[in-house]
This record gives sequence, C-alpha cells and structure tokens, in this order.
Amino acid sequence: MMEIDKGDFILKAEGVYKSYRMGATEVEVLKGVDFGVKKGEFVSIVGASGSGKSTLLHILGALDRPDKGVVAYMGRDLSRYGGGELNRFRNKMVGFVFQFYHLLDELSVLENVYLPTMVSKGVLGWFGCRRRARNRAKELLKQLGLGERAGHKPYQLSGGERQRVAIGRALMNEPSVLLADEPTGNLDSATGDGILEAFGTLNRAGQTIVMVSHDERVAQRAGHTVILADGKIRRA
Amino acid sequence: MYKLILAARYLYKRRIAYFAVLAVALCVFIVVVVMTVMTGLVRDFKQKNHLFAGDCVVGTESLVGFVYYEDFIKMLEQEDIIEGVSPVIKSYALVSPEGTERNVGVEIMGVEPVSFSRATGFGQSLYHHRDDVSKAFEPAYDPNLAGCVIGIDLVLSRDAKGRYSYDAGPTGLSLAISCFPLNSKGALAKAGAGLVNTKTFHYSDNSHSGLARVDGSLIYLPFDEAQMLCGMDGPSKRANAIHIKFKPDVKLQAGCERVASLWQSFSQGKADQGLADLLQKVTVQSWKDYRRAFIAAMEKEQTMMTVMFALVGITTVFIVFVVSYMIISHKSKDIGILKSIGVSNANVMLLFLVFSFFVGLLGSAIGVLAGWRFLVHINEIEGWLYDKFGFQPLWDRTIYAIGDIPNIIDLKVLCVIILSAIAACLAGALLPCGLAAKQRPIETLQVSQL
Repeated sequence: MMEIDKGDFILKAEGVYKSYRMGATEVEVLKGVDFGVKKGEFVSIVGASGSGKSTLLHILGALDRPDKGVVAYMGRDLSRYGGGELNRFRNKMVGFVFQFYHLLDELSVLENVYLPTMVSKGVLGWFGCRRRARNRAKELLKQLGLGERAGHKPYQLSGGERQRVAIGRALMNEPSVLLADEPTGNLDSATGDGILEAFGTLNRAGQTIVMVSHDERVAQRAGHTVILADGKIRRA
Repeated sequence: MYKLILAARYLYKRRIAYFAVLAVALCVFIVVVVMTVMTGLVRDFKQKNHLFAGDCVVGTESLVGFVYYEDFIKMLEQEDIIEGVSPVIKSYALVSPEGTERNVGVEIMGVEPVSFSRATGFGQSLYHHRDDVSKAFEPAYDPNLAGCVIGIDLVLSRDAKGRYSYDAGPTGLSLAISCFPLNSKGALAKAGAGLVNTKTFHYSDNSHSGLARVDGSLIYLPFDEAQMLCGMDGPSKRANAIHIKFKPDVKLQAGCERVASLWQSFSQGKADQGLADLLQKVTVQSWKDYRRAFIAAMEKEQTMMTVMFALVGITTVFIVFVVSYMIISHKSKDIGILKSIGVSNANVMLLFLVFSFFVGLLGSAIGVLAGWRFLVHINEIEGWLYDKFGFQPLWDRTIYAIGDIPNIIDLKVLCVIILSAIAACLAGALLPCGLAAKQRPIETLQVSQL
C-alpha cells in the first residue's frame, strides 16, 4: 500500500491509473496521476476533450474507483472507507457541480438545494432539522441571486440559474471541497462568467474548489491551473 | 423522507405510473368482486347445511338404522351441552300424487317437528307453520289428516328473479307414499306379502332450506308414520340418525368429542343386548363432516377460483415489472444524482420499492372502492340488466336455488387481497429496483446518457 504524505492537502491523488474497455480495446485514460488540493485553494484542471479530466474528478469525489493508486481525503485512503463512509463522504465532504446541472425535475428549486441534508437524515431526523435546512437553503439561494425562484421547478429556470441551483445544492452541507465538472460548458459566455464569479466569491470566503474545464480562459479564473495530458498532470 | 417525497412525485408526474395503478386497481376490483361473491356463496351454502343438519349427527348410512336410540337421547338430554336433540328416520320412497299413476322416487325424513326444530333449522324452513312447528304436519284444511312437509321445489316453481309463487301452493294435494320396509337384518320385512307399506299424506307445508337437493327431493313425514312405513317400529324401534344442537357457548369440536365419548360408553354398555351389532355402524359426525360430500365441492371451486386469481396476480406482477423497469430506465439520471450526493444503493432500491408500494396501495384503494360500490349495487345492476335486456349474467333463478348475489365483503378476505396486491407490486418491482441500485453514477451522469 502506498504511503500518503498527509501534508496540508485536503484531497490528494497519487499514482492514479484508470482505464476503460471500449469494445475489444482497453483505453488507458489516467496513467499515474499525482494531484493534490490544499485547503482554500481554487485549482482548475484543463485538458483536451477525452483527456480524463472528468474521470479524475469522479475519482477524487469517490464516484469512481481508480484501477491503481491512492486517493486520500485528509490523509485517509478512500479505498479503506466502507460503503456507508463513502456515502457520507459524498454527502458531506464533497459537493459536485456538473456541466448539465443534474437537478431533479420532480423537486422545486428549494427542495433540490436542501436535498443533500434530507438525504443524510431519517424521517424523524429530518423533521428535527427541517426548518434549519430550509432556512440555509433559502439563504444560499439568496446569495446566488435566486431568492425569488425557490418555489419554481428546474425546467422554469434558465441554464445559468439552474447551474446556480446546482452550486447551492453542492454547498448545502458545507463540504470541504467543491468539485465542478465543466460548470460553464453548457452556458453562454456572459452566464458562464457569472458562475465563475460566484466560484471566485466562494473561494475568497475560504471554499476549496477543484474545477475541470477544457477552456483555458475559464481555467485561468482559478488560483492555479494544472494540465492533464497523456494521462498525466503537468503544471501549467 | 426524500424517498417518500420522490416516490410520490414520480407516481404523480409519470403518466405511465397511472397505467400501473389502473392495472392493479382492475385486478383488485375483479378479485374483490369474484372472491366476495364466491366466499358469500360458500358461506351461505355452509350456513344452510349447518341449519339443515344441526351441530352434530349420530347416525348410520344403513337404511336398517340402529336400536336403543331413545335410551341414548335420554342420556344426551341430561348433558349440559345439549340444546336440542331429535331422532330421525331417513329412507327412500315412491310417491304417487293421488289420482295419477305417476311414481316419483324421493327421499323421506321422519321427524318430530318440535324437537327437530330445536336441533336444526327445520322450523325456519317452513312457510305456513314457522310460528307453531308443532302443527307442521296438520293440513290447514283438515288437521286430522296425516300431513307431510314437501321440499319447496317439488311443489312450487321459481320465477326468473328466484321468487316462489306461494299463492299457487298445492292446497289439497295428497300423496301416496310407498316404502320398502326392512327388518333389522336388512332384508325386506314383507317379503312375499306385498313388499311395500303405503300411506296417503296430505300437503301441510313446504320446506325451503335453500339447498337444491333437499328442496327438490325431500319429503318430511311425522316420525312415527315414517318409522312404520320403513318397518322400524315394533318391539325394537329403530332410527337412522339423531340430530343434535349444542348450547351456544359449546365449541363444535368439543361438543362432538363429548357426544362421541358418550356414544362409545353407551354402545359398550349395550354390547351384550340384542341387535347390538347395529350400533357398531353408527358414527358421530360434526355437521361439517356429515355434509362433507356437498360442502367439499364448493370449497374446491373456491380453491380453484383462488388459484385462477393468483394467475391474474402474476399478470399484475408482470405489469408492475414492466412499468417499474420503464420508469427506472427513464430515471437513471436521478439515480446518478442521488448517488453523487451520498444516497446508498439500498436507499436507491428502497426509493423505487416505495414507489411500487404506492402503486400497490393506490391501486388497491381504487380497486377496493370500485369493488365495494359495485357490490353494493350488484343485485340492482343484475335486476336492471334482466328488466332491460332479459339478461341474467350469473344464474338462471328458475334453475338454481340461489337468491340474491352475495355481496357482503369479508374484511379478512379484503385485507388478504390488499396485502397480496401490494406484495405483487413489490415483487414486480424487485428486479428493476435491484438493477437501479446497481447503476454506477458515473455511467448515468455521462453526457452520452443524457
């Protein structure tokens, strides 16, 4: 087992390999990636389409497992987490923002935002904290400029608004790390700028962010940028 | 909590879920209606058989009968558990309406009307003498004549709605009833001397037990007269059966066991007396065993119906399977989202099982409500169909001894149906839910999957 240097990294990947089978051929996407993010950092990972950026992000967020290598959160190897611990990790320690927002159509904007809190509680536990959760969700929506949209359904919002709802959901449980996968990839330039502006504000308030983008202009809005090419990380 | 909310919203928002609910409702509706009618028929049939036989029957199938029945009746009457006890003669006879040369074979039962009414539902089955059974065998037009009570279907016909036209009763009808008397060894008692005993009886009442075979082939005669006709009178009087009714607080099985024990000691006590061998053929049976040959057929039909509707249930399972599969296929993105925010595989599975539970619950509720409304009006609907179109969907009342269609819902049956419907929905959804739980979030959230 590879030793993890705790350092002051919140999330760290060392020697991560990942390959996929596509028909008869095995495609090696990540070939020994070393990557780390420290508390309060805003790091962007750039790379061409198909370079494995999203795969790396999914592995960092425990949505996928590496074939080889270690991913550690606060120095603890994620592969040692049990099923329940991994679910708690995804629920509380990281927050995902996806390119296509991925909101639940059946829920209102407000419900989508407080969903992570609801997920972490049982029926009785939820009734105990419901008011607090609703208030926090409303507060987040207000900060994201969606105070008036709480009762709307996702399909009634624009792309930018939906992405801000997704950011609100990702922040609901105050995660240590925000993982954003092409958050502006589906938005026009002005709306995308608004989202990046929101990320900037969050980072200045202390939020750790890892953002994946194929667009170097977008990536430059982060504190520092790394490049993923040929399955490996290179400093920009 | 999110599982309840999301499952309810999936049910509300997805039109395909309505089809699953409707399929369940339709199945539940059909099962509730058919099972209620079938259970009602069986219950009704059992009740009629119970009334006909009393609680317990001590008797023999032999036409020779058995002796010392009076002594045993005296013994029974001293028991606390006995409400009523009555001896009965059972045999077959040829009946010839007076003035004709036509003969019809019938069953005859010789009964003491008062004691027999205490032991069975005989008194309730009478039309003219229900309030004074002691006069059951007294024809209204001449009480001094020997009367007989005739099974209603032998003397009256039913109209299309199952009603008897009592006004057209056979007042003044007299029947020559002939029996072949048997001696205690089972041989013809009057061999070489005319063979038969014949006596004329006059119609005094009819008996409507609701049992087709009884009402269509049985004539009740006064006990003594029947005993004489069958050759069972004389120094060692014989009877074919003793019908017994227990007091209300006595359990059937306990009562029958007590009577059986009494009979065993009684027959042992008589072992060294004349004709004691006739006692060996006597059995003690509860009414259920006594009428088993008739009840079993109905129960078998009910079991077959249940099996057939279990097959209908399998169809429901398949429909719910298909609908769940389709919904889960459409909701793979949601599964990915939920897993990305920390929902476990088990909870993803539970979410869709809750959805299927709602489908079952709502479908059952609609089916039960519709079934209940339909059953409340089922007889009106049938009457309307007959009046309007001359169509009697279930039974031709001129042929079958069934009155109203039974429509009292058995709560126990209802609970079983509802639970079965919900279980069928959960069973149908189990495989799709398992597949949903196994979905990997990175696959469902990929751009190519959207």
